[in-house]
Amino acid sequence: MAERIMMKGNEAFAEGAIKAGCRFFFGYPITPQNEIPEYMSRRMPEVGGTFIQAESEVSAINMVYGAGGAGARAMTSSSSPGISLKQEGISYIATAEVPCVIVNVARGGPGLGGLTPSQADYFQAVKGGGHGDYHMIVFAPGSVQEIIDLMYEAFVTADKYRNPVMVLADGLLGQMMEPVVLRDWEDLQIPEKPWASTGMVAGKPQSVINSLGLAPEELENMNIRLQNKYRTIEENEVRYEEDGVEDAELIIVAYGTSARVSKSAINKARAEGKKVGLFRPITLWPFPSKRLAELAEAGKRFMTVEMSAGQMIEDVKLAVNGKSEVEFYGRYNGAIPSVTEVYQAIMKSFEGREVHK
Amino acid sequence: MKQVFGYPESLQNRPNHYCPGCTHGIIHRLVAEAIDELQVREKTIAVAPVGCAVLAYNYFNCDAQQAAHGRAPAVATGIKRALPDRIVFTYQGDGDLASIGMAEIVHAANRGENITVIFVNNAIYGMTGGQMAPTTLPGQKTTTSPYGRDTATTGYPIQVCEMLNTLKAPAFIARVSVHDPKNVMKAKEAIKKAFEYQVNGKGFSLVEVLSTCPTNWGMTPVEALKWLENNMVPVFPLGTFRSLEEVSK
Ligand SMILES: Cc1ncc(C[n+]2csc(CCOP(=O)(O)OP(=O)(O)O)c2C)c(N)n1
Ligand code: SF4
Ligand SMILES: [Mg+2]
Repeated sequence: MAERIMMKGNEAFAEGAIKAGCRFFFGYPITPQNEIPEYMSRRMPEVGGTFIQAESEVSAINMVYGAGGAGARAMTSSSSPGISLKQEGISYIATAEVPCVIVNVARGGPGLGGLTPSQADYFQAVKGGGHGDYHMIVFAPGSVQEIIDLMYEAFVTADKYRNPVMVLADGLLGQMMEPVVLRDWEDLQIPEKPWASTGMVAGKPQSVINSLGLAPEELENMNIRLQNKYRTIEENEVRYEEDGVEDAELIIVAYGTSARVSKSAINKARAEGKKVGLFRPITLWPFPSKRLAELAEAGKRFMTVEMSAGQMIEDVKLAVNGKSEVEFYGRYNGAIPSVTEVYQAIMKSFEGREVHK
Repeated sequence: MKQVFGYPESLQNRPNHYCPGCTHGIIHRLVAEAIDELQVREKTIAVAPVGCAVLAYNYFNCDAQQAAHGRAPAVATGIKRALPDRIVFTYQGDGDLASIGMAEIVHAANRGENITVIFVNNAIYGMTGGQMAPTTLPGQKTTTSPYGRDTATTGYPIQVCEMLNTLKAPAFIARVSVHDPKNVMKAKEAIKKAFEYQVNGKGFSLVEVLSTCPTNWGMTPVEALKWLENNMVPVFPLGTFRSLEEVSK
């Protein structure tokens, strides 16, 4: 069953979660994602789910921890300052290996920042954010349809690895309206969770959802287990999209709104004969490092386009490991790069190069 | 032959890490007995705090989740909403509940979450080595109030039961102590009642238990029990503050 409707990005996060079988939402209001809790407060009662407007983001993420630890598909959503408050909880959740989904419709920072779209929470999302050696799996949708599809993938992947998944978008994606196909997932089934803490019913052995490892050896073993899991995720869960990279000399690496803007700029530059391609990471962690390394090996150079002072560029540089040049074009928090600006940055990157060849 | 005394099934039969003479152990036993008597062990989920009771899941013989410092009521909310037919309780110290977790406890109480909270007030931060707690008595010396708690700059001990009793939603609020056998019996009664409220779907229940910390109070276990009786009970009056049925009578 599939219906085609117009939907706002923020509503897509919410309905996408419902379609993915999520029945527990805990959140706290913050712009520019208020449509998510508002939608959930209306929709959850219709599907027999639970909506709680928590007293803070701190409480919301800990409610997610409780519900997820009890075996439910649970989520929270927020925007940058609120996501900062959730970091302790996310660290606990990652370590206790509780599956859940966290949506960040990011806004400009740092501090209270502003309400404009931003990609400056990249480091926080992919490098940990909270304390300790842990990773969230991070999805970065680029359209309203992809928000819906990735919300489903987010819950499935969270359950598969018992790991928190963040869906990271910027305020523009949250506010944008696009036609989407809304379908019921035929293979929707929530897996058995024998590890969950649901009561020692009928002789079930004790389950403890826990991130404490007081003995050094115990703690190291816990970390080794996590790191092994992360290597498996890196092996299996990398997602990206390529457009015109084969013959490209310059590859723009961008995600979310930046990728959309870059695509138009690339088309313009292509029309002028410049060999430019687009590489769009869909998972920011695990990062598509292997593929970028291959492309560097093949002699391509790169430019990241970001709505930040340059964060993802560090991962691209790590991936290409000095084998090729990595340039940057970005507008800091609060401004969206225009097609013309990115086009000009591309053209500038080509300046003088042909001459030297 | 009727067994009159034994090891509660809801308690794991293993040594605990509590200091000699610490009353955390007594409170554990009372909670376990209440769960046994209500025959809900198999469907009980404990939420352990950050504090001396952080390892409570090693002692209670039931499923458990370990919560971040102060967040146990939020975690319990998530569990209870996901599994409404389960019995969910938190076990929290005074630093955990009345300082860092003040927002969580107030709002869980205000929502009338159908959970039970065992609040162990020992007027100090036990686990971290005896710092001042929000419940530390005026003049009481701790490692961060070495001259005695100065009410001019640190305020007064927070009376959690009285404060929560200003809310409309809670179903049962009581303060008990475990400094002598008579009070231990009363504490047991209150704890069982609190769980009964939850079993009957009546809503939020909390029992504050005055408890000792001989180690960080710098006393022998016996001195600590006396100190509790003489100094804590006057500041934290014992009794039932809220009991829904009685209110509606
Ligand atoms: C976020 C955070 N802050 C501080 C601590 C350190 N800490 C651990 S236990 C504790 C106080 C515990 O005191 P209380 O809740 O009264 O429990 P008790 O040990 O007295 O039973 C503190 C501050 C922590 N683990 N996490
Ligand atoms: S430090 Fe205090 S509260 Fe903690 S176990 Fe020892 S006596 Fe009990
Ligand atoms: Mg204490």
